[in-house]
Amino acid sequence: MTQSDFVNIVMPFKDKVFRLAKRLLVSEQEAEDATQEILLKLWRHKENIENYKNVEAFSMTMTKNFCLDRLKSKQAQNLKIVHSNYQDHNVGLQKEVEVRDSLSWVEKIMETLPEQQKMIVQLRDIEQYDFEEIAKMLDMKETAIRVALSRARKTIREKLTNTHRYGIK
Amino acid sequence: MVLNRIEELLEKYDNAETTLQEEQELRDYFLSNQVAPHLEHYKPMFQYFSISQKEEFTKDVPLKTTKRYFYQWISVAAVSILMLGIFLPRTLLGPSAEEERQAMETYEQTMEALSLVSAGMNKGKQELTSLAMVSDNLNDGMSKAGRLGEFSKATNKIFKNN
Repeated sequence: MTQSDFVNIVMPFKDKVFRLAKRLLVSEQEAEDATQEILLKLWRHKENIENYKNVEAFSMTMTKNFCLDRLKSKQAQNLKIVHSNYQDHNVGLQKEVEVRDSLSWVEKIMETLPEQQKMIVQLRDIEQYDFEEIAKMLDMKETAIRVALSRARKTIREKLTNTHRYGIK
Repeated sequence: MVLNRIEELLEKYDNAETTLQEEQELRDYFLSNQVAPHLEHYKPMFQYFSISQKEEFTKDVPLKTTKRYFYQWISVAAVSILMLGIFLPRTLLGPSAEEERQAMETYEQTMEALSLVSAGMNKGKQELTSLAMVSDNLNDGMSKAGRLGEFSKATNKIFKNN
């Protein structure tokens, strides 16, 4: 397999890998490193790539495992990823500011979700995979995914409604 | 009508029962500008989803690493083989023809020198035998001198008696 073959295979989903990594690791830098690491791993095992039925699903599973490991080791070292994109929260200056504001609110709400729900929302609502694929990627039952997804969506909606209505945190 | 449909879909959505097509319908609705006021709070959520979908990974991945490592190891192997080629014959295969010839030469020279020494030794040994003969005669003379001592004792006795 040449380099361009590999790039052609990887191209369609490298952004998805990056977005999932960013969803879990929050920091953009960390997510970039993780994506790089995963692509390199794939490259190293490029001989086996043809044997995988679904390279994309396989890569997403790899991303999930890699990021969860990262998070675990970060916690073990007692280091938290510090990420500060949303200071300066001034309520209701202009409509535009408000919209951008509420978008970052959604991001912040997503961050409070448990890892599993984060991944499911990411894969379903953002990447739009069907449940069967998500089940394969996360190694979960479809029903469990639906339950977690429903819970996550409700949490997001509730928190968003509260912020929307009262402008509180 | 549309609103009813959307509300219905939203409820299904919250229960994670919507299909991907239905979710696309919702997304289209909330990304349009005609969102009903009481559903306004859903808007940022769908907006956020569609925005995050566009985020891209822009960093370059250095894919050549494996190849480069391969060549590095080849050079290491080449150097070690070269070193072995230089040092092994000396230790394992023994001396070369030239060295053997030199060694024989030295051996012969040494043997020659040694035989010269030994010839001189033999000459010295012969001289030593004549020295031994001298010492034999000396012993002879000594015993005769002993007899002479006896004789002088006897003469002394004679002198006392007188």
